[in-house]
Amino acid sequence: MGRYVIRRLLQMIPVFLGATLLIFLMVNVMGDPVAGLCGERQCDPATAAQLKKEFGLDKPVWQQYLTYMGNVFTGDFGTAFNGQPVTELMGSAFPVTIRLTIVAIVFEIVIGITLGVLTGLRRGRPVDTTVLLVTLVVISIPTFVTGLLLQLLLGVEWGLIKPSVSPDAPFDELLVPGLVLASVSLAYVTRLTRTSIAENRRADYVRTAIAKGLPRQRVITRHLLRNSLIPVVTFIGTDIGALMGGAIVTERIFNIHGVGYQLYQGILRQNTQTVVGFVTVLVLVFLVANLLVDLLYAVLDPRIRYA
Amino acid sequence: MLLEVRDLHVEFTTRDGVAKAVNGVDLHVDEGETLAVLGESGSGKSVTAQAVMGILDIPPARITGGEVLFQGRDQLLLKEDERRKVRGAGMAMIFQDALSSLNPVLSVGDQLGEMFRVHQGLSRKDARAKAVELMERVRIPAAKERVGQYPHQFSGGMRQRIMIAMALALEPALIIADEPTTALDVTVQAQVMDLLADLQREYHMGLVLITHDLGVVADVADRIAVMYAGRIVESAPVHDIYKAPAHPYTKGLLESIPRLDRKGQDLYAIKGLPPNLMNIPPGCAFHPRCPMAQDVCRTDVPDLFEVSEERRSACFYWRETLHG
Repeated sequence: MGRYVIRRLLQMIPVFLGATLLIFLMVNVMGDPVAGLCGERQCDPATAAQLKKEFGLDKPVWQQYLTYMGNVFTGDFGTAFNGQPVTELMGSAFPVTIRLTIVAIVFEIVIGITLGVLTGLRRGRPVDTTVLLVTLVVISIPTFVTGLLLQLLLGVEWGLIKPSVSPDAPFDELLVPGLVLASVSLAYVTRLTRTSIAENRRADYVRTAIAKGLPRQRVITRHLLRNSLIPVVTFIGTDIGALMGGAIVTERIFNIHGVGYQLYQGILRQNTQTVVGFVTVLVLVFLVANLLVDLLYAVLDPRIRYA
Repeated sequence: MLLEVRDLHVEFTTRDGVAKAVNGVDLHVDEGETLAVLGESGSGKSVTAQAVMGILDIPPARITGGEVLFQGRDQLLLKEDERRKVRGAGMAMIFQDALSSLNPVLSVGDQLGEMFRVHQGLSRKDARAKAVELMERVRIPAAKERVGQYPHQFSGGMRQRIMIAMALALEPALIIADEPTTALDVTVQAQVMDLLADLQREYHMGLVLITHDLGVVADVADRIAVMYAGRIVESAPVHDIYKAPAHPYTKGLLESIPRLDRKGQDLYAIKGLPPNLMNIPPGCAFHPRCPMAQDVCRTDVPDLFEVSEERRSACFYWRETLHG
């Protein structure tokens, strides 16, 4: 197990370097980074040259990348063009997005798995067909539609929630945005759980559990669910990374100042340091989440042993 | 009498129609007795066993008639919760394929201990101690060290011993073993069968042994019930049946056993195939394959005739079969 973890950690290095290099190059070909600084007007060539020198942009790209990575490993993600250190932006943005992600994941687990078990045990009945249809609708509608619709209905028309989240972004204000963010994954979790439960409910070990005289409740939770959740847990684990980076649309709609919002602003203003910095951290989150899922897999299913 | 099944009928509703899996089974088992239920695949042995245990999947299955009297109470009339308490404690079942029948993600100790935790409310620690005791009783070496291991870490024979231990846990009055040795190596089969027979004697349990292996039956069974197309076609004490079968189907089964003294000769086979359960032939279900079939066999369903006090045969021509 220990050896496996070390190997996986070592494998992360090339993935991490490749991913960051790619994003670094992409951001660099995106356009002239100093152009954004002068606003609407064309930059005066002398100022542009001066700014470029100041930010080290006159050097070749590979050198810029090396300098950048060197700084990252000392915890310096550079400075945004407005003079604010990128780490400071992260410090305010990540806690907000983490809260949003937690809300979304809890929705996925509680609603998704409950609906999945319910429908999986009643395959072909009206409950099952209805839920299946709803999940299909949710999957087909883009997040920005559900998001704007809920914002309009709950926030503006009925006044049940604040249409835009305050800067502190406390948990209660994140409930509706969290649900919007979770919606598509939630539908997938429901379907995945349903299929898994329906498949396993006729398994021999379930029949054994019934033959042992266990109450139905125990047969379902301890024997059926334990086995059926293995693929679901894997999905939810990988989803953590996707949710954190994929909250751009949701954060825009509800004006949440999280990672997605900062990334969006960074791209809009061609703020290289912000974009690269945030993406770098997201790459790390993704890699670590994936490793944790693989390790969790071995805990859930003792037949899997890593050597 | 420990278990008495009377005129049991079970149907399965499938997309293609209704399959009549069990069509009027009568059987009985006494305390300490071993009854072997013999038959081909699809003859209704396993379905009968599952109906007795109350673990049929309903739907698609449906019990359309009959009684299952266990210790004098008709199980089919009990509420599900009462029935659940009988399962495991009063009667227990051993399944064929221990690898798929044991839960892959729970340790064997948890799965054995669960019997005591649920039925007797024991603590986790006491249940674990009981689990070790059970494993020792079915002669699993190093039980204390292995109690925390998972099913896939055991060999096939050891896994089947764990299944036996699980069935034995609450010392039930009746054990139904559904082809307990079929999935095992031949060398291990005998060990497991001996163990089961020993434990049955020790606890004085009734044992219903479902099998299609005539060799196993001869060694351990007291009585045999032969099933065909969802009915018992012959039931008799084991020695009588081997000496002289009273039903052409039983006779065919016995003749298809390879014998050393007939080396070099063609092996006998019952011609034809078992009937489609959705379309069982009228009259005696065996008549299309029967060498003795007459007109009456094609129209009338034979009763279970009394051959002797302990012996029944569902053949109009049992006398001819017995003496011919």
